[in-house]
Amino acid sequence: MLRSQFEEDLEKLHNQFYAMGQEVLSQINRTVRAFVTHDRDLAKEVIEEDAEINNYELKLEKKSVEMIALQQPVAQDLRMVLIVLKAVSDVERMGDHAVAIAKATIRMKGEQRIPSVEEEIKKMGKEVKNFVETALELYLNGSVDKAYEVAAMDEKVNHYFDTIRELATKEIRKNPEAIVTGRDYFQVISYLERIGDYAKNICEWVVYFETGKIVEM
Amino acid sequence: MTEPILQVKDLSVYYNKKKALNGVSLDFLPKEITALIGPSGSGKSTLLKAINRMGDLNPEVTTTGTVIYNHHNIYGPRTDTVELRKEIGMVFQQPNPFPMSIYENVVYGLRINGIKDKETLDEAVERSLQRASIWEEVKDRLHDSAIGLSGGQQQRVCVARVLATSPKIILLDEPTSALDPISAGKIEETLYGLKQKYTMLLVTRSMQQASRISDKTGFFLAGDLVEFNDTKKMFLNPEHKETEDYITGKFG
Repeated sequence: MLRSQFEEDLEKLHNQFYAMGQEVLSQINRTVRAFVTHDRDLAKEVIEEDAEINNYELKLEKKSVEMIALQQPVAQDLRMVLIVLKAVSDVERMGDHAVAIAKATIRMKGEQRIPSVEEEIKKMGKEVKNFVETALELYLNGSVDKAYEVAAMDEKVNHYFDTIRELATKEIRKNPEAIVTGRDYFQVISYLERIGDYAKNICEWVVYFETGKIVEM
Repeated sequence: MTEPILQVKDLSVYYNKKKALNGVSLDFLPKEITALIGPSGSGKSTLLKAINRMGDLNPEVTTTGTVIYNHHNIYGPRTDTVELRKEIGMVFQQPNPFPMSIYENVVYGLRINGIKDKETLDEAVERSLQRASIWEEVKDRLHDSAIGLSGGQQQRVCVARVLATSPKIILLDEPTSALDPISAGKIEETLYGLKQKYTMLLVTRSMQQASRISDKTGFFLAGDLVEFNDTKKMFLNPEHKETEDYITGKFG
């Protein structure tokens, strides 16, 4: 192992992953804001910006594969490169869900809204963004104990999903006209819930890196 | 386009009637490490030696083709091999320090070139040993015999000996294959650090070493240069099946 070069490469990999993480956080933030403020221009920006995240994914995958082929890392070095590969896919999928929410925003033009539901979706979005942010931080300087703690944030997200679904169902019963909007509400909360699952995956990769064990949290 | 520092054109080398290198052509760019890989008898060391005119005194060796360095063919009649080897230095597989002090080993090339000034020599010793990453280990015993050092240390002193003559190109013929993994690792780190200043050609039997350290890789088989490519390309997706088979260990 050529230590100095491997470490240089690893640092580059980390910096790029960090940058990708920041990008996806901003996407989640903006797509939720666009959805609850009905801002179609912002939603369009989110859709365009996704190419950036896909670029990061490609670059990081290429670099990781190169590091495996050229430097043949073992043990923790190998796990480090592998979890970049895995986590990059998770982050990229978060980006795709942010785009799906943006598309819903554009679709919902002029439909009747349910303000109480949107208020809750806003809160759920905040929680999801928080979760992703904490998971990325954990990834960059994490420990196993904290990984379980952070992964537990997913329960809050799931709880939002359940309560918002109940709330929306109740509102639609009262006002069946709102069913068109309701369909999108259900989808959007599913997307947010999925983003939470990907954040949880990142916590699992941290445990794998530290312990070499693949766990299901 | 960076101009190559060394160009090998249609170079063939015969040992008696046996052709060891078969009309090989390749360019080397400045400050790159090129790894030459291939099974035993594939011609990689032969190429390295030909670049330094090591076959000159061996009547069994015949060389045809050209090696262009500094805009002229080193096989031309005007080449002074002492000058040539000052600019194109060589490190061998077996550490071969001379049976003299570490200090004298390093300044050997300079003394041959008539340099006597103590300050110049002292300065060259420190600088060369530092670049060869061995200064810290030997600075307090420069006048002890180099033979008393470990194999890995000897090899780094040999690298320093080459560096002392301020070469442009360093030829390395399996420089770590006689060393334990830790010493080999130190040599590799040293070479990686030297890349900033020198062009290096590295013959190696270790595919991992080639992939870790080099910018370009040439794969030799039975005297032919089968593939010459960026190391990344070579180890991720080689163009020739023979290369793929060799680097993946399917033969060789």
